[in-house]
Amino acid sequence: MSTPVESSLWGRLDDPAADAGYADHPKRKGFFTDTSVCIGCKACEVACKEWNQVPDDGFLLTGMSYDNSQQLGASTWRHVAFVEKPIDVPAPVDLGMPTIGSEDQGAVSGDAGVRWLMSSDVCKHCTHAACLDVCPTGALFRTEFGTVVVQPDVCNGCGYCVPACPYGVIDLRKEDGRAFKCTLCYDRLKDDQTPACAQACPTESIQFGDLDELHERADRRLAELHEKGVDVARLYGRDPEDGVGGDGAFFLLLDEPEVYGLPPDPVVTTRDIGSIWKHVGAAAGALVAVGVASFLGRRR
Amino acid sequence: MSFRERAMVPEPEFESYYGRPILKQPTWKTPDVPLYLFLGGLAGASAVLAEGAALTGRPALEKVARLAAAGGAAGGTVALVHDLGRPERFLNMLRVIKPTSPLSVGSFILAPFGALAGAAAASQVTGVLPRLGRLAGAGAAALGPPLATYTAALVANTAVPAWHEAHRELPFVFAGSGAQAAGGLAMMLVPTDQAGPARRMALGGAAVEILAAEGILKKGLVAEPYDQGRPGKLMKVARFATAAAAAATVVGGRSRVLSALAGATYLTASLATRFGVFEAGLESARDPKYVVVPQKERLARKQTGGAAAHTAG
Ligand code: SF4
Ligand code: SF4
Repeated sequence: MSTPVESSLWGRLDDPAADAGYADHPKRKGFFTDTSVCIGCKACEVACKEWNQVPDDGFLLTGMSYDNSQQLGASTWRHVAFVEKPIDVPAPVDLGMPTIGSEDQGAVSGDAGVRWLMSSDVCKHCTHAACLDVCPTGALFRTEFGTVVVQPDVCNGCGYCVPACPYGVIDLRKEDGRAFKCTLCYDRLKDDQTPACAQACPTESIQFGDLDELHERADRRLAELHEKGVDVARLYGRDPEDGVGGDGAFFLLLDEPEVYGLPPDPVVTTRDIGSIWKHVGAAAGALVAVGVASFLGRRR
Repeated sequence: MSFRERAMVPEPEFESYYGRPILKQPTWKTPDVPLYLFLGGLAGASAVLAEGAALTGRPALEKVARLAAAGGAAGGTVALVHDLGRPERFLNMLRVIKPTSPLSVGSFILAPFGALAGAAAASQVTGVLPRLGRLAGAGAAALGPPLATYTAALVANTAVPAWHEAHRELPFVFAGSGAQAAGGLAMMLVPTDQAGPARRMALGGAAVEILAAEGILKKGLVAEPYDQGRPGKLMKVARFATAAAAAATVVGGRSRVLSALAGATYLTASLATRFGVFEAGLESARDPKYVVVPQKERLARKQTGGAAAHTAG
């Protein structure tokens, strides 16, 4: 297959599929993950694994909140974050009563001062995707739906995409050597089906659809929450003017992005590729100059 | 989850998800990749040295430099292929050419460089086809400086703050480090009466590298990994070794023993720089502080300063 090469590196771009060379293509598809209704059931993680036949990611108990899958990775394409955050509620008056159970059941009595945030994270399918830009083999490509997908039959496991992603999404699968991440269920999209995670989500926290329509829905939801006084609600990845040109998969969050393990202001590294090459060229010139100067003058 | 480590220097306060990294740890292996950075620099600068030696009639210098160019390219290629998750697919690197991927561009530099430097060295050693050998050597010399410096683009074109934010300085650090390595190796192996250009190249490289590295260290929080921990130590070793080798070159460049010692010290410095830069990147990806704090500051500046001009350029 021929791999469309993207021409636009930075800034607002409303139609990444056209930019990648698709003349005729369906509307851009995406996810809107409304974390305010997520109940942390992890149905999305399971559905994704089942449909995409993703191998296990280790059966670890991290002791870190209820989060045992820990992070997105080569074998974790949806990841539900559990944020336990102490909040400043006035502590219940201590009457000096004996507590129920032993000391180490502190969580029971401490629960009043803890706020739970749950959020199902996923590849952002960036408008300007660093992983795709840096991939030397063309294994990563832009689909006709505007999403970003790895072709496992081309990837040679060079690992360049891994540190390029500003969100820390894509990774190499150790046993296999190649890079893997969410495909936004490319196979299902081609059959007009909803991605497995969105289909499985019982609360409609994960919504799938045409990106422009999801934007409208998200804006309405944000307004509604703000009206109810939930001032902390904010959209993340919604802005087409941000450092990656906006995300194909964006979020409604109830706290700062970094609390969920998301970068506050990600920028696609290739925004600076012109400057990078310019400085490489100048440095190569300096090396030539040092070389020439070394042979000038004294014949020794 | 506020993190306020008890350190001597006040730590910036920031939030994170249980202190976990935001970026993925680069999967590039040690020593494969830092070694590749070193060998690429050695090979690229050696090809320049070889061509100069050929033009000015310094056969001993020419021979050592040609072999270093060919050997460095071959060794570097092995390291690079070994680092792949699917080494048998290394030819996929040449499937497309993408200016946005320094690894793609670099493959199109390394492949012809390796072939030309190899041909030049083979002709030099065997005496077969000397004209073609010289031509190949000239080609390698043209590709040498890009080979020695593109690796800076390779690491800088990532989301890793210590690498990306140093994208203006790293190419010069790598150019200087490559010149030091090439000059240093020739100082070790070439009689002093022919090694003058090697000495001057190493000295010039040392100056370029020290200046550029100073520029990185001024960058505040993002540069911290170059100054602390293991990468910090490596960078310090590199600085001291560079300064010591430069002093020895100036004082005793024409003594065979001192020259060889200085040469070995240059090589040590160049290796330490590559491992230091590489490991600084790993550290920078490991600690969410290096991602969160500068990005929050940038957001705050944007909110107060309106449309703050971005720093590309
Ligand atoms: S989030 Fe990372 S892996 Fe996903 S498209 Fe963007 S750069 Fe690529
Ligand atoms: S690991 Fe595979 S997908 Fe990632 S940049 Fe390399 S070839 Fe492309």
